[in-house]
This record gives sequence, C-alpha cells and structure tokens, in this order.
Amino acid sequence: MDNDKRKEGIKGMANPTRYGIERVAYWLMRLSGLGLLGYFVAHIYETSNILRGRVGWDDFLALTQTPEGHVGMGIVIAMCVFHTVNGIRVMMGHGGVGVGKPTRPDYPYDPASQNYRHKIGIYSAIILAAIAFMYGMAVMFGE
Amino acid sequence: MAQVSSIADDQSSKSITLRIARYNPEKDSERQFMEFTVSYEKWTTVLEAILDVKQHFDHSVAVRYSCRQATCGSCGMIINGKPRLACFTKISELDSDVVTVEPMNNFPIIRDLAVKFERLFDTHHKIKPYLVRDDTELESDAQEFLQSPEELEQYIQFANCIKCGLCNSACPTMATDSSFVGPQALAQAYRYVADSRDKGKDSRLKIIDDSHGIWRCHFAGSCSQVCPKGVDPAMGIQLLRGYMLGFRS
Repeated sequence: MDNDKRKEGIKGMANPTRYGIERVAYWLMRLSGLGLLGYFVAHIYETSNILRGRVGWDDFLALTQTPEGHVGMGIVIAMCVFHTVNGIRVMMGHGGVGVGKPTRPDYPYDPASQNYRHKIGIYSAIILAAIAFMYGMAVMFGE
Repeated sequence: MAQVSSIADDQSSKSITLRIARYNPEKDSERQFMEFTVSYEKWTTVLEAILDVKQHFDHSVAVRYSCRQATCGSCGMIINGKPRLACFTKISELDSDVVTVEPMNNFPIIRDLAVKFERLFDTHHKIKPYLVRDDTELESDAQEFLQSPEELEQYIQFANCIKCGLCNSACPTMATDSSFVGPQALAQAYRYVADSRDKGKDSRLKIIDDSHGIWRCHFAGSCSQVCPKGVDPAMGIQLLRGYMLGFRS
C-alpha cells in the first residue's frame, strides 16, 4: 500500500451498499455504461461479419438467436433505458436543477440535494429498465 | 495481534466489542485489528470508548481528537463501514454488538486511526478560501461590505464546514483518483463564489475547471450523506457547476 496516495480503490467506489439509493444509482450508471460500451464493441464486431458474405452473416447472427442471446439483448435494453433516464436526472442535477436551495441546516441535517425528486428519478429509471427488460423478453421469447 | 480485553465490570451497563484498526506505516506491512470489550451507556460515544481503551488497556492507540463536540473536525474515522465523527456517534445508535473503527479512507495514515490532513488543507487553500477584493477597497477607510439576509442565505450553509474530511472519505471519485480536488474544497469554492461580497469568482472557477476538478464529480451524493454539519457538499458542487455551465450568474 502506497500510504501517501492511499485511496479506497475500485472496491470502495463500486460498493453500492453504504450510502443509500443514490450510491446504488451511481454504481448502476457505471455498470450500465461499461455494459453498453462492451455491447457497442461487440456490435461492431458482429456487423463486421457481413464482410464474410451472407452465409457468414447468418451463421454469426444465429449465435444471438438463442435463449442466452435473448437474455443478453434484454439486459442491453434494460441498461440502455436505465442509462438514459438516470443520465437525464444526473445532467439536470449537474446544472443545479432539482438539488434544492441553500438554507440554514437544522439537525438532523437531511441533505436537500438527496431529495425526493431525485429519488423518484432513480426509482423511475430502475422500474422503466425492468419494464423494458420484461417487454424485450416477451417480444423475443414470444416469437 | 487480536487482543481481547474487558472493562465491562459495571453490571448495569451493556457492553460491545470494539475492534480498533492498528497500522504503523513505518513498521507494519498490513493493518491488523485489536479487540476490546467495553461497557457503554446510552450516551457513550465511540470516542469515549476509544479513550477508555487508551486509559485502561493500550495507551499506544493513536487517535486524533480535541473538542469532543463535533466542532473541531479532528476525530473523523470509519465506524462500522461509514465515515463519521467519533465524538458525534453514540454506540447505542449503531445498533450493533461489534463496533469496528478504522482510519478514514482516501487519506494517508499517520498511525492507527490518525490520518494526514495535508492534502485536504492544500486543496482547501488552493481554492482561495477567503474574500477576494481589490486592495484599494481594503486600504481605504474602514468600509463595511454590506450584505442582505437573502444574500447571506446563499452561502451560510457552506460556511459550517469544519474540514473533518468525512466527505472526501466517502466520495467514490476520491476512492480512485487521489488528484481529485474533492467535495470539501469544491463546496468551499461554492461558499465563496456565492458570497455577494467576493470578487474572485472567475479565478476560482478557473482553478476547479481542471481534469481533476469539478467535472470528476458524478453526483453520487455520498459526501452530503456523511457530513456531520449539514453542509450538503453535493448541492454546492452542482450549483457551482451551474455557474460554469452558464445556468447561474
């Protein structure tokens, strides 16, 4: 351990359990962002298979037409919805929208920036992502 | 190195196991915990329990403290996984039979529970934590810089900061970027930018407009949740960003 640059590290950053739903949203935002980045790279690789001609394209596409592939696509849909909705909430917060107004704090010091508007935004993002996932599952497995 | 000692001799009081992290960077290769059984009343604070251990069992436990009333900001530490002031945290409110105390995260350790505050103070100083005025105004006849109560309300919350470092310890960005300015300094930047008497807004915004500055904050809000004085650094940082994005003037 380099004591002079001591920091909690990825383990501390990624631990969503200690600071309420806001920290869970922070963690899900990072996770969904990395997931979508991974999907983007995989998507480019997948579409590049068209250079192998129709047979090569169909062969590769068949790999995603499996129950595992469908669940994977459902997760991508959920990540996309969560990242979008929560991203709008975070961007508004970054502009100072909905974070409350400075005032003299009274004990027990409920932080105004962690208010119900943002909590509703976070829960909405999670619920919409879950609905999108279930809808995606219904469409893909309903064929 | 685990050691079990007991001062729970009073029949009327309850007792807990106090686990204290021990680490001397000059001697030890890794942190170890010592365990003590201590008695407590409903008003006993974690700091009092640590001082009991120092008094009765091991005086070498290193802990920094001073005021014992959440004013000096000296006794910040990780208590049962969360950054808190030891003098402001009652054992009874932790609702646990085991209380684990560790040094604050994201700070270099001096020894055991005491951490170095140099970086916190350096970044605090860097954002110019004082009113910036023209020299001519300060040298002229004693002139008051008047302010309305509404203007005072804009920043007075952020003037409550005691520089305890709990916000920096909880921040997920500080957990991975030791060069990040940190929520404490950013909240103080807002405190002076929002002060109607101050004329240093542009220079302060320039200081924090850096790759390790305000843009590294992702609004996790953990800083505000652990602040023992109700400063709400997350709010200050977002309002400050509003200035930089042109939403506020």
